[in-house]
Amino acid sequence: MDPAATGVTVAGTGADPAKTTMFPEEFLKRTFSLINSDKDRNSVSLVCKDWYNVERMSRRHVSIRNCYSVSPEIVTARFPAIRSVTLKGKPRFSDFNLVPDDWGADVQPWLNVFATAYPFLEELRLKRMAVSDESLEFLALNFDDFKALSMLSCEGFSTLGLEAIATHCKNLTELDIQENGIDDLGGDWLSYFPENLTSLEVLNFSTLTSEVSFDALESLVSRCKSLRVLKVNRKINLEQLGKLLVLAPQLIELGTGTFLEELVSGSVNGLENAFSKCGNLVTLSSFWDATLLHLPVVYPVCGNLTFLNLSYANIGPDELEQILSRSKRLVRLWVVDTVGDKGLEAVGSHCPLLEELRVFPVDPFDQQLGVTDSGLVAVSKGCPKLHYILYFCQRMTNAAVITVAQNCPNFTHFRLCIMNPSEPDYLTNEPMDEAFGAIVKTCTKLQRLSVSGLLTDLAFEYIGRYAKNLETLSVAFAGDSDLGMEYVMRGCPKLKRVEIRDCPFGDSALLSGLTQYESMRSLWMSDCNVTMDGCKKLAEEMSWLNVEVIKDEGGDDRLANKVYVYRTVAGPRKDAPPFVVTL
Amino acid sequence: MSVSIKEHDYIGLSEANMEKQAYEMIYNNKDLNLKATELRLGLPGSESPEREVVVHGGAIKIMMAGAKRGFSDAINGGSRKWAYAGDGGQEVGSVKHSGQETDVSVSPVPALPERKTQVSAKPNRQISSPAPKQQVVGWPPIRSFRKNTMAVSQTKNEEEGDQKMGSGCLYVKVSMDGAPYLRKVDLEIYSCYLDLSSALEKMFSCFTIGQYGSHGVRTREGLSESRLMDLLHGSEYVLTYEDKDGDWMLVGDVPWDMFIASCKRMRIMKSSDAIGLAPRAMEKCRNRTEADNE
Repeated sequence: MDPAATGVTVAGTGADPAKTTMFPEEFLKRTFSLINSDKDRNSVSLVCKDWYNVERMSRRHVSIRNCYSVSPEIVTARFPAIRSVTLKGKPRFSDFNLVPDDWGADVQPWLNVFATAYPFLEELRLKRMAVSDESLEFLALNFDDFKALSMLSCEGFSTLGLEAIATHCKNLTELDIQENGIDDLGGDWLSYFPENLTSLEVLNFSTLTSEVSFDALESLVSRCKSLRVLKVNRKINLEQLGKLLVLAPQLIELGTGTFLEELVSGSVNGLENAFSKCGNLVTLSSFWDATLLHLPVVYPVCGNLTFLNLSYANIGPDELEQILSRSKRLVRLWVVDTVGDKGLEAVGSHCPLLEELRVFPVDPFDQQLGVTDSGLVAVSKGCPKLHYILYFCQRMTNAAVITVAQNCPNFTHFRLCIMNPSEPDYLTNEPMDEAFGAIVKTCTKLQRLSVSGLLTDLAFEYIGRYAKNLETLSVAFAGDSDLGMEYVMRGCPKLKRVEIRDCPFGDSALLSGLTQYESMRSLWMSDCNVTMDGCKKLAEEMSWLNVEVIKDEGGDDRLANKVYVYRTVAGPRKDAPPFVVTL
Repeated sequence: MSVSIKEHDYIGLSEANMEKQAYEMIYNNKDLNLKATELRLGLPGSESPEREVVVHGGAIKIMMAGAKRGFSDAINGGSRKWAYAGDGGQEVGSVKHSGQETDVSVSPVPALPERKTQVSAKPNRQISSPAPKQQVVGWPPIRSFRKNTMAVSQTKNEEEGDQKMGSGCLYVKVSMDGAPYLRKVDLEIYSCYLDLSSALEKMFSCFTIGQYGSHGVRTREGLSESRLMDLLHGSEYVLTYEDKDGDWMLVGDVPWDMFIASCKRMRIMKSSDAIGLAPRAMEKCRNRTEADNE
């Protein structure tokens, strides 16, 4: 029995102090070490002081979903033994150019603190952070045990930073760079991996645009026997891909290069053969420039695939049918709308296990039809397990979405983007209120909702009334009045993140969320009717909120055109650029 | 493959009843009153539209729904800035404000066939083709990488196997005798034969075993020519191309501009197969030059 363990009454039991429950610290430590979920750990830490302390000493991974909600000092003070950090920065709408450059979310201040507090840091996963080459070099030089770097939608660095990582991270197991605003200076960053580096398990550079040294890549793949994820970029051709596959038949996830070449038949056989040896492949992605000419080389592995990402392949319905008819185990599918409704019918026919579908537009500004309501209905009919949909379309009807809700009542993520702002039901010309009403009524597990099309306050009334598990809401070009937003803010208890643009919601709507903001991660409102006065009022009422206004050049000073509100224990930002005003 | 349509015909408001007219005004003016934030071009002094909140109780007719901000402005015919998208393929990130009140109609081009059939199906819509697609910052919500990638893919697909002048890309196929696959080169990115030949050498070097020397800038009437040499096999490769007339010519025989104007595809062939090409090429060149001088 650990003498240091103090008898503490478990909170809420109202137990007689004489009958205290003692858990030895060692016992708690061992038990907690088995708990990996952040949510569970957060719950555990709330039980009592002892549990809080044991938990915090044993936590290995921390997820900071808003880098300004807390400071690095506070994090490191509470959790001394962290080995893995996930850090997210800018508001999501920065992906769509709504946040000015130099807004912030610099990773360097975090690295500075981590260098002393977490010298044994192994993993860093960044999303929407500003990362410079210097920061990457700092990371590479100051953390000897560093193993895994993942950057999604970050910006500010170049291939020079990657060179630093490759050079100095002797134990690197993961390098995952996706959709970043990277200055691709080309060069040979891959060649900077030393000959004796054999630990790589994950290598993803699919969204880098410049050429890489194939020899360096080949050598790397050949000596990293534990490589399980390899996603190359568009500069790697089919022939080269074949060579890589022969060296790494153990791959679990593969991102192809370009399919552009016309191979002679001998090479095609070789490639098919290489694929057929990859018995572990469950994820395939990229498929740049794929056509029916060479798509068949992947057929040998289709039967095992659970995730197929064709979102960079402008293929048509026939090509899709060919692949899907061989991919009966698909759970997740991403496609481009060139597959059309006919392609989606193929999805419905061939993929009974499908749980997630994302349909991206090939050209958002082209009015040609892409996919429509009938494609969506076809998928819902054939895929009853569908719970995640992201669907870009030019037109939709209420009836279709109502049918979809009936066919798939288990939606957790419903993101519908009718690409023309405020587009009504194209058959009845009515607003799309009933469509989203049906979704929130039927899909009680709904966590994430993105609405679009012509919507009145009624749609929001439905959301407020029924979407009791809603955590993330994205709204654009919708609503009639403040009431719309008020319904949501008052009705949805579990809201975490709300992002609104171009809606007629004003100060009253903003202030209606007072009770919510404490438990919400953030609120974004841009191009609405919010004024500076309204923001000031909000800031006065809630001292633990940062109410930030991003000033426009030459805008009306009374209006708060872009408002970002988030809870924080770190106080107002110390690094805010001049155009960000904290109230 | 879908072709990006840059401009659309717009048929102006009909003399139909007020309801339809109002509807169209919403439809066509839907983005007018967006106070789009110009992040990159920073338009100072852009007028923000009046923000009138229109609230209606009871039964809400769509036409009077006021779902658009400033709907009342539209009905009252207030002047609105018309955000006009010049180039459908551009990355969203800029909104073009015309600065003056523009008439709603734009230069006529053939309407999309799909939209025409839609008209008959939807009697409320009098327009036979959509209004010019307005570019709103950050809409639809797609990340830049995807937008940029898709734009490039579109261009490539359109030019598959074809020449396209002046569009910034001039892809032609290059085959090499004995190589397992063809390559494509964009002739627009080279400015002379030397650049082209070194690029091709790099591309096809894996197929020639052993060293080969880079070749001769042999000038012939001010032009340069290149050869790929495979010393191990002791044979010489020459670069040839098929021109618009279907004739196979030696690369380097005509001025560079004429070459890229007429080259349909290229072939790296063994020089033994290329006998007899040169004189014809010269002749053609002479003929052309004469024709130009007339």
